[in-house]
Amino acid sequence: MLQFIIRRTVGAFVTLFLIGAATFFLFVAAPSDYASLACGKDCSPQRLADIREALGLNLPLAQQFWDFMSGIVTGRDFPTGHCSAPCLGVSFYSGDMVWSTIMDRFPLTLTLTAGGAVVFLLIGVGAGMIAAYRRGTLVDKAATGASMVLSSFQIYFLGPVVLTILVYGTGWMEDPKYVPLTQDPVGWFVGMSIPVCVMATIFTAQYTRMARSSMIEQLAEDHVRTARAKGMSRKYVFLRYAWRGSLIPIVTVLGIDVSSMLGGAVVTELTFSLQGIGRLAVDGAVNKDLPLTMGVMLFGAFFILIINILTDITYAWIDPRIRLS
Amino acid sequence: MTTVTKAEGAPAPAGPEGFLSVRDLQVTFSTEDGPVKAVDGLSFDLHRGKTLGIVGESGSGKSVTNLTILGLHDPLFTTIDGEIVLDGKELITATEKEMEKLRGNRVAMIFQDPLTALSPFYTIGRQIAEPYMKHTGASKKAAWERAVEMLAKVGIPHPKERARDYPHQFSGGMRQRAMIAMALVCDPDLLIADEPTTALDVTVQAQILDLLKDLQREFGTAIVFITHDLGVIADMADDIMVMYAGRAVERGTVDEVLRSPQHPYTWGLLNSMPRLDSDLGTPLSPIPGSPPSLLTPPPGCRFHPRCTFRDRVDGDRCVTERPLLAPDRSSACHLGAEQKRTIFIEEIRPRLG
Amino acid sequence: MKEDLVLPATRETRADTAPEPLLEVSGLVKHFPVKGGFPIRRTVGAVQAVDGLDLTVHAGESFGLVGESGCGKSTTGRLITRLLEPTSGTITYRGQDISHAGRRQLAPIRSEIQMIFQDPYSSLNPRQTVGKIISGPMEINGISPEGGREKRVRELLETVGLNPEHYNRFPHEFSGGQRQRIGVARALALEPKLIVADEPVSALDVSIQAQVVNLLQQVQKDLGIAFVFIAHDLAIVRHFSQRVAVMYLGKIIEVGDRDSIYARPRHPYTHALLSAVPEVTLTEEDSPQRERIRLAGDVPSPISPPSGCRFRTRCWKAQDKCAAEEPPLIQLSGNRNGHLTACHFPEDPTTEAREEDIVLDPALAALEEDRN
Repeated sequence: MLQFIIRRTVGAFVTLFLIGAATFFLFVAAPSDYASLACGKDCSPQRLADIREALGLNLPLAQQFWDFMSGIVTGRDFPTGHCSAPCLGVSFYSGDMVWSTIMDRFPLTLTLTAGGAVVFLLIGVGAGMIAAYRRGTLVDKAATGASMVLSSFQIYFLGPVVLTILVYGTGWMEDPKYVPLTQDPVGWFVGMSIPVCVMATIFTAQYTRMARSSMIEQLAEDHVRTARAKGMSRKYVFLRYAWRGSLIPIVTVLGIDVSSMLGGAVVTELTFSLQGIGRLAVDGAVNKDLPLTMGVMLFGAFFILIINILTDITYAWIDPRIRLS
Repeated sequence: MTTVTKAEGAPAPAGPEGFLSVRDLQVTFSTEDGPVKAVDGLSFDLHRGKTLGIVGESGSGKSVTNLTILGLHDPLFTTIDGEIVLDGKELITATEKEMEKLRGNRVAMIFQDPLTALSPFYTIGRQIAEPYMKHTGASKKAAWERAVEMLAKVGIPHPKERARDYPHQFSGGMRQRAMIAMALVCDPDLLIADEPTTALDVTVQAQILDLLKDLQREFGTAIVFITHDLGVIADMADDIMVMYAGRAVERGTVDEVLRSPQHPYTWGLLNSMPRLDSDLGTPLSPIPGSPPSLLTPPPGCRFHPRCTFRDRVDGDRCVTERPLLAPDRSSACHLGAEQKRTIFIEEIRPRLG
Repeated sequence: MKEDLVLPATRETRADTAPEPLLEVSGLVKHFPVKGGFPIRRTVGAVQAVDGLDLTVHAGESFGLVGESGCGKSTTGRLITRLLEPTSGTITYRGQDISHAGRRQLAPIRSEIQMIFQDPYSSLNPRQTVGKIISGPMEINGISPEGGREKRVRELLETVGLNPEHYNRFPHEFSGGQRQRIGVARALALEPKLIVADEPVSALDVSIQAQVVNLLQQVQKDLGIAFVFIAHDLAIVRHFSQRVAVMYLGKIIEVGDRDSIYARPRHPYTHALLSAVPEVTLTEEDSPQRERIRLAGDVPSPISPPSGCRFRTRCWKAQDKCAAEEPPLIQLSGNRNGHLTACHFPEDPTTEAREEDIVLDPALAALEEDRN
């Protein structure tokens, strides 16, 4: 198992490097010239040269790439000052350190992701399991029906509807905003509750359906029948035998969902005018801001890889066949 | 036209009632295409310490019958009629709690594929200890020791260490041994074995079959042995019941059914199966056609569309009238007793080589 | 136990029935690599699925290949049809070495060697009509029979006992036995000279098996097609094959004409295998009983097979020599021509009951000891 983790971690670093390289060279190959973009309308050749100098664009490509990548590990000195590791460079557009910009935005994205995941796992998977246990009853039909309706909604539809009712219509709540948890826990909770719940609602519906079908599939497994044939009660078999097997597809999808949400939940952020990583990624792409885009890409990729490894470890924990092979 | 829908054997059997008595069992599944009568009026008895072999092909209702005995059918899609009496207790009307006390304790089951029938998530030892704890109230430690003892009994080398292994670390034959250990851990009175050796290699099958027989002698367990393989049944069973399309078509002792079979379907099975000592000159005589769909089973005798002896029965009784099956040695066929005997001796037996 | 006088085997000992071998396999090896290791994954071993196989199939003959799971019989079938490429050894088809032949070189031979698969459900494309499935091989090989492909397909359907009108139906409209007939028709489409049938009836119900066995037998006799018939059911192989090879862990341990293998086997494993077959006995009580041999445990892993004779770990006659020296596949004295056995200490050529049963399984031995 340890071997596996080490191997996967090494693999993850290689992948990160390749993603960095791919992003970098694709950007450099793009037809626009950053310096002239940064220079603006009244651009003198001298100013352009200065900008090139300042952005390090005069250096050979390989050197630029090396500086960028090594900066992540060791930190890097710019004419404007020192950028400590992990240094993702300076934004062409705003002149801010990319790392600190990301760190500014990340708590919001993390809140959205973690909050959402807790809600949709508890309610979604819970409802799905209960529906499977009470298959064919009214409870099952209600859960299945509700999840059908909800999963066909989209955040950009449900979001404005909820805002219209709770904020603009009744005035019960304020516009969603992010307040750091350390500053004001209540404000953090209240400010993020609408986006988290709206996003979680749609996921909840999907997880309900998935958990239900995965559970029903497991209940039809031979080994579940064997456990029943041994005299184990339905509830026991449900909780000990079937449940465990049904987790595997859920963990798979959860891993994909969480890692992509950590890389930025663009639609949710735009819907509720929140400034998260997703927004940052869009800004970087629109402004042709290479360091920012690379920074966000690597940051997102890092999470995807970490969550992938965590997912595999979870598989191994659930299933001894994976653990012991 | 009279269609007999009463119990196969009509009156109760003459001899003493068995330890397990099934009377006029009807099992119907509701499917998207309509109701499927998987078992249609089945009656049989099994005595203590004896083995009843149920032979049939896929869709004959042999497995369904036995899931029903344990109450393991899906209640959502299944309706059951008739009687299943185990040692004086009616099982169809029993509560779930009562059934739980019975399962794994007095009635145990082993399944065809031991890889899928054992949970991949728990150790072999735990899976064997679990029912023992539940049914005897033994402590975790005592149950574990019992599991190790059972593993030793069924011939798992180094049972102490192997009890901590997971099923995927066992070979196919070992898994089926573990499955048998699990079934016998509470010393049940009745063991239902559903094709327990079909997934195994022939040399391993021989070991497992002998093991079951030896353990049966030691524990005095009654066995319902389900299989499609006549050779296996010849080896294992005291009595045989042949099933076709949800009904029993012939029953008797092993010798009676295999040496002087009376039903055209049994003849067909024997004739279509080569043996190690059969004559090589004679080609196999397969049963024409394929088994019927139970959504729209043929009227009268369900075997009549495939039966080559139908024209020897007067009139259209085969199509209109369900042939009865008596409780003792008998076959559900409209041919006369003398006819059956002559046909077997003159036409079937010579082809068996 | 008497030491048998051993004669060196001569190839082509069956010259009396067929002049020239259709297919000749010698020293055939197929190893599947096993990956593992740390920190860099590499090949750490090999599943020795087939490990040094010699066999000959003559034109028009039916050759049976029996053995338990993991013995390499299916891999052998796939090697012969060149669905797999051998690790080493040669496969010669009508004098032409096809062991490593490429796609183009194989093209003309592909049509002559066909395969029938075990599972009639997954081996037919569910989205193609029966006509398309059966004419597929003709299309791929660019063959246009007289009167057109459709006519030929209808003929084939009739040959295998299906209604030619079913040309436009899809596989799911057929039962398992009928699907297997479609598989047979597809194999016959190119008028092959050799058909490799890998467990062609084991997925079918008992009453249907005989239909397909009869069909294959009829095809074999009427069209003079040679068969390599791979199955685990010894009685069906006996019924179908004139010559039979018994495989164990990637090797042929005994080969010979049907009668030699089934009535006068010499290899202990062949004895064990035959004795394990559950049988309906129709003979009278006083006729001789079959011997009873119960092996212990399962077949060892083909990743690290035992040294010397591979069966020695489960054999009651094994001695030091068996571990040290691999027994060659040779004709033992007293054996008929072409009956080859790979054993240092062969058994007597009979399957009748011994004075004492051979029970190696410890659990069985213990339980039976208690009783006596």
